[in-house]
Amino acid sequence: MALLEVEDLTVKFYTEEGVVTAVDGLSFHIERGETFGVVGESGAGKSVTALSVLRLIEEPGRIESGTVRFDGEDLLSMSESDVRDVRGNDIAMIFQDAQTALNPVYTVGEQIAEAVRHHLDYDDTAARKRAIRLLDDVGIPEPAARYDDYPHEFSGGMQQRVVIAMALSCDPDLLIADEPTTALDVTIEAKILDRLEHLAEEYDTAIQLITHDLGVIAEMCDRVMVMYAGRAVEKATVEELYYDPKHPYTVGLMSAIPRIGDEQDRLQTIPGTMPDLVEVPSGCSFHPRCPFAEEVCTRKQPALVDPDTGDAVGLSDRAAACLAYTGDLDSELDYEVEVTGRDAPPSEPQSNSRIHAPDAEQHRADSDPLPADSDPVGSDTDLLDQDDPDEDTGGQQDG
Amino acid sequence: MSLRRFIAVRVAATVPILFGVSVLTFALVHLTPGDPIDQMVALNPQISAAEEAAIRARYGLDGPVWQQYLTWMGNVLQGDLGTVISVDQPVLPYIMARLPETIALGLFGWAIALLIAIPAGIYAAVNKDTLGDDLSRVFALSGISLPNFWLGLMLILVFALWLDLWPVLAPDKPLLSADMLWYLVLPGVTIGTASSATLMRVMRSSMAEELNKEYVTAARAKGLPERTVVLKHVLRNSLISVTTIAAFLTASIFAGAVVVEQVFAWPGLGRAFVGAIVGREVDLIMAITLFTGVTIILANLLADIMYAVLDPRIRYD
Repeated sequence: MALLEVEDLTVKFYTEEGVVTAVDGLSFHIERGETFGVVGESGAGKSVTALSVLRLIEEPGRIESGTVRFDGEDLLSMSESDVRDVRGNDIAMIFQDAQTALNPVYTVGEQIAEAVRHHLDYDDTAARKRAIRLLDDVGIPEPAARYDDYPHEFSGGMQQRVVIAMALSCDPDLLIADEPTTALDVTIEAKILDRLEHLAEEYDTAIQLITHDLGVIAEMCDRVMVMYAGRAVEKATVEELYYDPKHPYTVGLMSAIPRIGDEQDRLQTIPGTMPDLVEVPSGCSFHPRCPFAEEVCTRKQPALVDPDTGDAVGLSDRAAACLAYTGDLDSELDYEVEVTGRDAPPSEPQSNSRIHAPDAEQHRADSDPLPADSDPVGSDTDLLDQDDPDEDTGGQQDG
Repeated sequence: MSLRRFIAVRVAATVPILFGVSVLTFALVHLTPGDPIDQMVALNPQISAAEEAAIRARYGLDGPVWQQYLTWMGNVLQGDLGTVISVDQPVLPYIMARLPETIALGLFGWAIALLIAIPAGIYAAVNKDTLGDDLSRVFALSGISLPNFWLGLMLILVFALWLDLWPVLAPDKPLLSADMLWYLVLPGVTIGTASSATLMRVMRSSMAEELNKEYVTAARAKGLPERTVVLKHVLRNSLISVTTIAAFLTASIFAGAVVVEQVFAWPGLGRAFVGAIVGREVDLIMAITLFTGVTIILANLLADIMYAVLDPRIRYD
């Protein structure tokens, strides 16, 4: 039994503009002690998923259906007070922006200690001692003296450390980190991630790491789920995802990473933007932006399947949601993964593999999102060879 | 140390404010024709013109207005606030006799306003857009719209005349007694209602805004009970803006006292103030106005100190 099993989770927001399906039939699981990445653009439903796991979705949002089993127990059918015992205690959350996640009128020490007193029944002195140790653990110098400081007396990086200490305070089994370093500059980001990884190991904590930064994923994660418009479009181990991405959206994300030595003048981008979730495109919601889209993509919603066999998958298997793998497309997905540097350490694959996808520029040349009936792959003579992606993987692994 | 300096600076800043208030009030009083001597003469026609001039000179009411002002100011700086001419009594003891009555009424009105406003505001914010919130909105709208003289009369009609719970007039008892607390209820409610309505709306909107902030989600994510989240984390942040309005309302509490003391025949400064205006008692009007000014300035100073207590980000240095 996995630590966390989310099945068929659907979350809707009833706004004045219409019903927004922020998360649509999402399933995933997290094993004890592992680091699970959730990646996608803003608005893909990553944060809503995280808040749903803790049942912290607020009006006008509502969890419509699904189960969230933590240690075998369904959090969604528990009483409110039972869920409160889980929050902060078994599952804790690290928020994106420490500056807003900390209450400005209480000392940082108090904000760590209050959860300790509440969940672990520590008295004031013991809670204070534990909070000071946590501040020390996350790398705050002179923790005893800084216990009584207020959040505004800390720098952004130090505030984020406090938020991490707050999340670790009751020794949770699962840490949900929602873009924990997005608000920080790069050097501090590296230090914080390093510390987080180290502490997760020390406390044997599983992490659900939400980010839009593929570099962070490569650095930290064991398995990854790629989200688009509230759905999972690909699930894979981090190596599979970087060396052998299966979904066109993943491919687009990968090729959007600029690399040192690139001689392009422009950043490669995925054309268009994430759809308005009030009116999600019909069929595959990615089709208006997908360079491989065919007419069928506008009609048929792809299921998550095993990309090799096209069969339905269980919770834990490698999967991608693209019609290419169910035999619905006329053409193949033509992109090529090029891996440079043979003995690339798997922890940093993003600096060694590069992906050639049909250039976004070509499709943007004539128009914005793809008209439903156009056939982008028909005119691909100047694109890279149409290789079977599986062969690329083979080549890479041999090399 | 820095707070002490801040207070000193603020107290020093009251001097120019009080000067401005005194000039304006003095000018306004003299824009209306007539003074207490005119009334005295009208009631005693046998007073000769020479006697009238002598009386005027005695009370400093002769000469041009600027000269009268300077005379008055000179006396005030020497600690002499002047005379209540109709009873021929110095202003200071006259005020001091009535001040405790008004302070008691004002504080009681205040307490009632806060006791209603803060819990009701919290309730309305937490239960936003429910029936309770709508009811509180109706209460607030009526509270702001009802003129307090009318509310006072209605309370007397219902609770004193029909239900006979209170006497129409408060008996003449020492102010600091348990009995008097009971007699403070009707005028206190009258004076506090409008303020509580305003405060409640401010409390509600401030709290509703704070409830949307991320630290609230973070506090909930720690597994704290909702009561702790609201009463510990949110309340203290919401009170910061309530404090500002509460300080402002000191002025309206005093303005309320002027009317309410009249309605309830309460022997305080407000009633004395109305009498002073009717009788053109320049010295008394000036003294009460300045006293009110000082009170409002002090209330705002207190609010500034409260900010620093509530919000550690505010430092006066």
